[in-house]
Amino acid sequence: MSVQSTTPRPVAANSVWPQLESLLPQVTKPIQYVGGELGAVVKDWDAAAVRWALMYPDAYEVGLPNQGVQILYEVLNELPDVLAERTYAVWPDLEKLMRAHRVPQFTVDAHRPVRDFDVFGISFATELGYTNLLTAIDLAGIPLLAADRTDADPVVLAGGHAAFNPEPIADFIDAAVLGDGEEAVLEITAIVREWKAEGCPGGRDELLLRLARTESVYVPRFYDVDYLPDGRIQRVVPNRADVPFRVHKRTTMDLDAWPYPKKPLVPLAETVHERYAVEIFRGCTRGCRFCQAGMITRPVRERSITTVGQMVQEGLEFSGFHEVGLLSLSSADHSEIGDMCSGLAEQYAGTNVSLSLPSTRVDAFNIDLAQELSRNGRRTGLTFAPEGGSERIRKVINKMVSKDDLIRTVVTAYTNGWRQVKLYFMCGLPTETDDDVLEIADMAHEVIRAGRAATGSKDIRCTVSIGGFVPKPHTPFQWAAMERPEVIDGRLKLLKQAINADRSLGRAIGFRYHDGEPSLIEGLLSRGDRRVGAVIRKVWENGGRFDGWSEHFSYQRWVDAAAEVLPAFGVDLDWYTTRERDELEVLPWDHLDSGLDKDWLWQDWQDSLSEYEQDDCRWTPCFDCGVCPAMDTEIQIGPTGKKLLPLTPVNGLKLPAGTQQ
Amino acid sequence: MPIAFSQGFTPHPKISYASAAPTGVGSEAEYLEIGLREPVDPARLRDALDAALSPGLDVLDAVEAAGGSLADRIEASRWRIELPDVDPAALERAVTAFTAAGEIQVERMTKQGRRTFDARAAVIAIDMLPPSETPSGEPAVPCAILEVVVRQVTPSVRPDDVLSGLRVVAGLEPPVPPRVTRLAQGTLTAQGEIVDPLDADRDGATIGER
Ligand code: B12
Ligand code: SF4
Repeated sequence: MSVQSTTPRPVAANSVWPQLESLLPQVTKPIQYVGGELGAVVKDWDAAAVRWALMYPDAYEVGLPNQGVQILYEVLNELPDVLAERTYAVWPDLEKLMRAHRVPQFTVDAHRPVRDFDVFGISFATELGYTNLLTAIDLAGIPLLAADRTDADPVVLAGGHAAFNPEPIADFIDAAVLGDGEEAVLEITAIVREWKAEGCPGGRDELLLRLARTESVYVPRFYDVDYLPDGRIQRVVPNRADVPFRVHKRTTMDLDAWPYPKKPLVPLAETVHERYAVEIFRGCTRGCRFCQAGMITRPVRERSITTVGQMVQEGLEFSGFHEVGLLSLSSADHSEIGDMCSGLAEQYAGTNVSLSLPSTRVDAFNIDLAQELSRNGRRTGLTFAPEGGSERIRKVINKMVSKDDLIRTVVTAYTNGWRQVKLYFMCGLPTETDDDVLEIADMAHEVIRAGRAATGSKDIRCTVSIGGFVPKPHTPFQWAAMERPEVIDGRLKLLKQAINADRSLGRAIGFRYHDGEPSLIEGLLSRGDRRVGAVIRKVWENGGRFDGWSEHFSYQRWVDAAAEVLPAFGVDLDWYTTRERDELEVLPWDHLDSGLDKDWLWQDWQDSLSEYEQDDCRWTPCFDCGVCPAMDTEIQIGPTGKKLLPLTPVNGLKLPAGTQQ
Repeated sequence: MPIAFSQGFTPHPKISYASAAPTGVGSEAEYLEIGLREPVDPARLRDALDAALSPGLDVLDAVEAAGGSLADRIEASRWRIELPDVDPAALERAVTAFTAAGEIQVERMTKQGRRTFDARAAVIAIDMLPPSETPSGEPAVPCAILEVVVRQVTPSVRPDDVLSGLRVVAGLEPPVPPRVTRLAQGTLTAQGEIVDPLDADRDGATIGER
């Protein structure tokens, strides 16, 4: 051999690697626990003043590509005196071995025990990660209840969309951040740094107090919840003088100033997405009434075409990925999406780089974009999301698309060579009847009929994919009753029959659905209050893990746990899910400020019931949802008028910076 | 890296691995072939790959292929198997029984389901080492060490199959998971030595001819 082995694996002083390594051959996909990905950072423990462990509470294959965690990881690690490492949910096979061999929850970067860190930040994209939070805290050796923790424990901090109502996990977390994290983590870091430099005066309580005083970090222990005799909340009030009555969300303005991720992680194991993803804008004001993401991320802030172009170039160069995802809530709405797609397609023509865009808007423009994106030969399926089956229900949810438009768009896709189109719908929407759902069948039939006529071919398909509606906090539907799972399942059965009533058309239509039961539990968790924490704990004690995975989720376990603990509070599962709330009820998240004016939300809920549609404030005058004045923000959109310059792709071998040549 | 892609609807980068070590096994001798769009300096390619890969995945050398298939040059592997908490005397008895046997049927789950095959014939050499030679740097625990040379056959006989064989012939049951490392693989000389499969390509004359 001409060259000696160069890099022995560095083992950190507090690493659990020596104990962990011998367990790995006994578990499935051990590579997910070894770390060392391109883009991963390992820093000197003793040189760091503030140390963060960041978690995505799902398996590595889902968690690694998560943008939120990657961004915060990079923002934090760019600070010389700060260290951030990542941890993911371990599968039950490893959990069992870790318990037997006393190996604590560890980070994948340097395999350090999570309990050794100052802050343990968890990113909740979905409420179904709550049981995995408990596993991680418990495996880490951190007391499950925040009240039992000492100065030896990290601050357990929740973030991500679900943190807009963290009440169900209020007993288990020390703090939560609502909204964008880039600046929030820097501010929290500064507070922790200063408190530690002062010698940790006042211990944990003082640190949490300092965080709470920012008015943008929610510390549940500083708020008391009082209940009325009928189980509703009477009020939520601070239990000490110096914390704010309401905690406000964070908004990162000027996305061009935050071009992350710059150094995307490249997984060694297989993951759900292996691509370089760039958010092209944040926020969405289309105003779909079921959509929490659209409501809580206002206003719209675009990243400019030139910054996107530069991020793509540098991100691909760093990572070697062959796919670029242009992310946002409704990517086709970017003011310069056309130039962006054609510019990128041009730049990467003749290479193996493909572009993708999670586009859900139903119009011909989307097909043009899709054409542009499939220039390099790859033609993945097209997805459209009308969400509601009938014109009437689409008015209720404010998804403005007509049946004719939809059919015209899909037919254009077929005539342009697409063979497979996916249509997304929801079932269980407010005011929905059997007829609303059955219209989905008509729509699908017509799509196939028109598609066959236009292409003269029988070789076209569409897939109807249906999810259960879950009412979410901070949306106009936060007051709505959920439909019972039996009713949902009944409607889906009727729909399936209606689709197959015509054998010839039915054969060309795929039907995929989630049954109603998991949605009901999501509904319990999304609009739950602190009493729901006892249900989560019971489910977890009874073995609940990975609730986002149908093969692990047990509806019965949740129903049983709810029946066991909720009656003591005078409420039950139905009370949280299938009950409609009235205007004056205090909602568990009323003290958490997403900027949306509660009166405006109520008005939008009433408009919904009278099937009145709401426009988009990007193109029509402001309709006073409350966010911009409350948060001191503004809409930031183009067009900038700039174009992406042709770029000469560097051919040949590239050596990473710092490599000897 | 100017890597070449396969043709077709979903192009794949041209990489092929020759007899990769099983999951959970260490290795100091893995080989792979990469198809490139244009010639590059092998030393620089080595540097670029090594820099991109994780610590512990070290690219030691790259040579330009002179032709022929790499897989054809992988005739045998040498493995080191460390067996912590195994009594060396018990291992010695097991090895003696293993060597004396003509054929040892073992079972393993493969992608095609459960299969039974002979784990003896492919084993060219099986030797015990003095315990001091642990390459993995583990703290000194009582540990018996084996080195085996196994011929590349189908279905492949892996270190765990050799251990299954030791259990079949002598009831050897390691109390803790063994630590296995591949030390070398390549062509096999008449003397039973393993030769680096890239040696053939290192001959300057061969490259010059292309
Ligand atoms: C890519 C994507 C996926 C990928 C996720 C890959 C991955 N591992 O991340 C896949 C396809 C797997 C996926 C699956 C699902 N998704 Co999805 N997904 C998206 C999408 C398009 C982008 C997400 C993203 O990267 N955003 C950008 C990042 C930077 O934002 P972020 O994660 O929120 O992070 C910021 C802040 O929240 C905060 N933050 C985050 N974590 C933390 C932690 C701390 C401690 C702090 C302080 C701050 C903080 O800081 C970050 C930077 O500002 C969004 C739509 C969108 N544009 O957001 C939908 C979206 C998030 N998904 C959604 C849903 C419903 C799902 C599923 C539940 C669908 C299903 N029924 O199966 C699953 C759940 C998967 C799971 N188990 O987590 C919804 C969420 C609904 C809601 N909240 O109302 C969204 C909003 C789409 C929508 N319009 O409905 N999804
Ligand atoms: S288009 Fe509708 S569903 Fe999509 S993000 Fe915007 S508001 Fe939400």
